[in-house]
Amino acid sequence: MRVTVDSEKCQGHNRCFALAPELFDVDDYGTAVVIGDGSVPADLEEKARLAVANCPEFAIEIEE
Amino acid sequence: MTDIYGPVTDWQNDFDHAVPEYNERAHEIWAEFQSSGCPVAHSDRYGGLWAPFTHEMVHEIAYDTDHFTSQGVVVNTGRPLIDAPVGPAPPITSDPPFHNIARRLLLPPFSPKVIAAWEPEVRRLCRELLDRMGEITPGESVVDAAMQYAQSIPVNVIARMLGFPTEDEELFRGFVHDVLERINEPVEARMEFMQRLDDYLTVQIEEHRENPRDDLTSYLLGVEIEGQKLSIEHVRGSIVLLLVAGIDTTWSAIGSSIWHLGTHPDDLRRLVEEPDVMLFALEEFLRAYAPVTMARLVKDDHDFHGCPMKANDWVLLPFPAANRDPAQFDRATEFVIDRQENRHGAFGLGIHRCLGSNLARLELKVAVEEFVARFPSFAVDGDVTWSVGQIRGPRRLPVRIDSVA
Ligand code: HEM
Ligand code: SF4
Repeated sequence: MRVTVDSEKCQGHNRCFALAPELFDVDDYGTAVVIGDGSVPADLEEKARLAVANCPEFAIEIEE
Repeated sequence: MTDIYGPVTDWQNDFDHAVPEYNERAHEIWAEFQSSGCPVAHSDRYGGLWAPFTHEMVHEIAYDTDHFTSQGVVVNTGRPLIDAPVGPAPPITSDPPFHNIARRLLLPPFSPKVIAAWEPEVRRLCRELLDRMGEITPGESVVDAAMQYAQSIPVNVIARMLGFPTEDEELFRGFVHDVLERINEPVEARMEFMQRLDDYLTVQIEEHRENPRDDLTSYLLGVEIEGQKLSIEHVRGSIVLLLVAGIDTTWSAIGSSIWHLGTHPDDLRRLVEEPDVMLFALEEFLRAYAPVTMARLVKDDHDFHGCPMKANDWVLLPFPAANRDPAQFDRATEFVIDRQENRHGAFGLGIHRCLGSNLARLELKVAVEEFVARFPSFAVDGDVTWSVGQIRGPRRLPVRIDSVA
């Protein structure tokens, strides 16, 4: 599984970083970026789905 | 701007969000619109006003900066004198492309990591306010959680972030209270309130110019737009915006959350027994009791899903109603304390996403945590008064304390 953030859509609600700091980071302007290449270890898949389900701008996507 | 046109009998065609009945019955009114054939209210009040109540429509308007301008975000009988794209209070009243310039300037001091460092200070402040409530007799003592607690948190936090002298706290809170709360006083009195706040801010800014330090006021004095430092008026204007946008809103969110816990003992018990549920409860408070409705002005005549909007009509963006739309949320009208899927728009949607959202979340989380840690059992007991207008929250919130930790 991999996660990606669409930086055009991201408005910095900071939900992903709050729920899954292992997978997402935020810059000085509050915009989210994935950590590393965005690949998700098996034990964090649940958290990745949680981040998607809580992003108000629909900016996060998962590739299985 | 409260109640200037009198009560509403026809919500569909003579809508008014600024009559006291609206915030008191808001949940019912939204549900009626969402289940009726027409989810858009209209009114000739305020020179023309529309209000769409579905998540889909609120989302669409928040994203559509071509047809709708942020030049005016608080509905009133007049129209703003300063044109887009800058507007009277950037960035909240700005449109693209200027909006992004004004917004980027303010983002870094409100970024998640900078704000997280404030947690111990916010906690200390909340505990101080609880201490100040004095001797509590469980089962008998009634405190006003809106006036004695929620109200003081945002104003004191922002004063500390701005680096104003702590001994001025009472004074500063008085100035801000006059400007934000005494909105029904005559115009001359209101101008005088504003002048007093302006004078106070000018003194503080000057003092920071002479003695720069690590705080928000010094940050604002140091930043540059296209190589230019901000004028003192711009710095003062930015501070006023942060006060206006950050205080009543956060006060309302804290108050509504305590109101919920004081009327839903099961949710209170769950939060006390299982403090980790706060990760989800925080967002559910924000979804179910979102305090902020914004507005836009229609740029040019525009047909919106069959509604003949005219240039300069107001359009409300009721994010709180969008958050309770069954088409977007499962069990939309219920409070689900550990809701897993929660794409709520309490902080807005699109480019104007609340700049203070990280601070607001921190304050709300810590305020509720500290209140329930001190008073693990309490209940609303007495008459609750709700605010009137675009910010919704309890202004008098009598709570009987049933146990003290
Ligand atoms: C629970 C508390 C709060 C809520 C619910 C809230 C809600 C909102 C909403 C819905 C908007 C979008 C405006 C629009 O679309 O026109 C907004 C914008 C804004 N808020 Fe908040 N707010 C809160 C607290 C704060 C705090 C604490 C601050 C700062 C200290 C703040 C500063 C701002 C600013 C500067 C904007 C304008 C952003 C822009 O236009 O780019 N807010 N807020
Ligand atoms: S939750 Fe969505 S909008 Fe918010 S920071 Fe993450 S990606 Fe951006």
